[in-house]
Amino acid sequence: MEKMSDRNEAWRKATRDSLPPRERMAIERVKMPEVAPARRVACRELEVNEGLTPGMARREACRCLDCVVPTCVEGCPVGVDIPGFVKEIERGEFLQAAAVLRRASALPAVCGRVCPQERQCEERCVRAKRPGGEAVAIGHLERFAADAELASGAAPEERVTSVDAARVAVIGSGPSGLSCAGDLARAGVAVTVFEALHEIGGVLKYGIPGFRLPNGVVDEEVDRLRRLGVRFVTNFVVGMTGTVEQLRAEGFCRFYVSSGAGLPRFMGIPGENYNGVLSSNEYLTRVNLMGAGSAGADTPVYRGGRVVVVGGGNTAMDSARTALRLGAERVTVVYRRGEREMPARVEEVRHAREEGCEFLTLTNPVAYLADARGRVRQVMVQRMELGEADEDGRRSPVAVAGSEHALDADMVVVAVGVSPNPIIPASVPGLDVSRRGTITVDPVTMRTSVPDIYAGGDIVRGGATVILAMGDGRRAARGILDSLPG
Amino acid sequence: MNKILSKTYFSERVARLEVEAPLVARARRPGNFVIVRVGEGGERVPLTIAGADERRGSITLVVQAVGVSTRKLCALEAGDHITDVVGPLGRATHVERVGTVLACGGGVGIAPLLPIATAFKEAGNRVVSVIAGRGREQVILEEEIRRCSDEVVVMTDDGSLGRAGLVTDGMSLVIDRERVDMAVVVGPAVMMKFAAALTRRHGIRTLASLNALMVDGTGMCGACRVTVGGRTRFTCVDGPEFDAHEVDFDELLSRLGAFRDEETSGIK
Repeated sequence: MEKMSDRNEAWRKATRDSLPPRERMAIERVKMPEVAPARRVACRELEVNEGLTPGMARREACRCLDCVVPTCVEGCPVGVDIPGFVKEIERGEFLQAAAVLRRASALPAVCGRVCPQERQCEERCVRAKRPGGEAVAIGHLERFAADAELASGAAPEERVTSVDAARVAVIGSGPSGLSCAGDLARAGVAVTVFEALHEIGGVLKYGIPGFRLPNGVVDEEVDRLRRLGVRFVTNFVVGMTGTVEQLRAEGFCRFYVSSGAGLPRFMGIPGENYNGVLSSNEYLTRVNLMGAGSAGADTPVYRGGRVVVVGGGNTAMDSARTALRLGAERVTVVYRRGEREMPARVEEVRHAREEGCEFLTLTNPVAYLADARGRVRQVMVQRMELGEADEDGRRSPVAVAGSEHALDADMVVVAVGVSPNPIIPASVPGLDVSRRGTITVDPVTMRTSVPDIYAGGDIVRGGATVILAMGDGRRAARGILDSLPG
Repeated sequence: MNKILSKTYFSERVARLEVEAPLVARARRPGNFVIVRVGEGGERVPLTIAGADERRGSITLVVQAVGVSTRKLCALEAGDHITDVVGPLGRATHVERVGTVLACGGGVGIAPLLPIATAFKEAGNRVVSVIAGRGREQVILEEEIRRCSDEVVVMTDDGSLGRAGLVTDGMSLVIDRERVDMAVVVGPAVMMKFAAALTRRHGIRTLASLNALMVDGTGMCGACRVTVGGRTRFTCVDGPEFDAHEVDFDELLSRLGAFRDEETSGIK
């Protein structure tokens, strides 16, 4: 992990002393300005969170006590020097704040928007531990600093790749791959990122909708990596277009597999292949990557009158909110556990509800019914109740006998998780894979059973968050750098 | 961006494009497909590879202009570029020496049949091909099919070329006459459905190359799911070829029309 900045530097001490802790404690947590629900559902791409103003950001930064032992940092999977960047904001050095972020994160403008901070850094903030206390809004501040830097047009770091540098291939351009590529490029390694799709960004592009993460933000972050010397190759499926063996022969000496958790899961219930029932991956890809529903896009998508979304994660919320923006009359999220058990971020659930999504918790689909043309018309659901806690401590839902009833729906989006994409594991001989199909790695170096291949993100974890995937990318970059001769 | 090296027409609506794609040309095997996209608003469309020339670094695609995207593709001329071409995708045909192989293609399905039939011929099989179309214009690549076949039966609905009748009539002709160890069928889903029903009655193992709708083509979206032997499979990564006797063709036919209403509203 990165070394923390020196909290005893003169400016830092002066900043700390400029306001007594009691006054810092008295400041209320900033509220992120948001576009009003009625306006945002009418505008597909409009980002819901508008971002803090400089004044709001500096005031929020004052809430940070600059603790001797910053426990917040322990909660960050990539080890961002949180007090370091927050204090830069407090003293008005926004670009410096961004520079501190960049030492640990290749994509701060992304993390500031999509990280579940409330379960990471902010959960560990000392202020959150006091009764009724609220954490410093670290995520909002991160986004503020990253956006300030992007808006300033400030030049990225110097390109450091040397001509005789080692060549590393990164497979997949999602958050994990970009994070690894950024760290390697900064260390002078020649990196090429291979992407199967026609756009760079992976799940940041095809998955997360523009109202949560504008594609322009992803493009700018990618552009910074490009200017740092990272090469990007689109339309290249490693394992199909070219094999790892062929890339070795072309001079690549290390590989980082960050190909993601490709395959959408379905529930295996009757009628799941009727028209109108689609995976969240398909639905979001059509809309986010292919622009379906916008003028000039050839890819079709259902507008949906009555939409049912199955699942309780962020992807389910993204799908439900997208359906509202495409004009659905009524959107119902069906989840088999209770609202408290939903894996989605609290903010996403709140936003979805404000926009008009309905929630039917403790309910699970058991079958789909279609019309004569094979188009879905109803979802048969049954009531659930929470039973014993499983090994993860989550209480397993149990069906309530005789509780089946039908919901009308002309589109159903199934967002119940993903499985690892088998293309890479299947194409590399000797690569150890778990029973679930994930690639097995050393948790410190991220090295696989094949000595020159490293892996991380969802292809290893089987389905996690952007920031955990980025943390893997960083660790793998470190592992690769340590393994290179000289 | 992939350059179109040459373009010829089989008929007004069916074009053969030779597309620069050296990596695909090197890696592709019979049965593989590519995904292409035309223009920035373009859709990702799967097309089975009809042939490749590794030396020229090119692949051959046969495209029938039926929807928005295939029309855009057919409107491109030699020297123009296709915005994106990615592949080869899907599992390659499992080619083995079995004896006599009945290779059946309908319409533009004859194009992807060609490399498959060629591979079975090269593996030492007797290959009898049945190629069919509505009329003589729809029967394409007859010369090329002849080169990789021991015998060719041509069928047209209207009798304008070869014999009058459906592809299944041609298949019956061969099956009633000689021992057939395996069949391969490529063509419209409805043709494959009836071809599979025929070979099932005769107990002939049959492969069908499915033309499901896709978005990414790498297993990510599940648009191409199809029921095979009671299990849901993804055409893009588990196929495109499956045991024809296990495929639920009625479901495939229904799913091929999944966005018909949305698409027709897009074609002005």
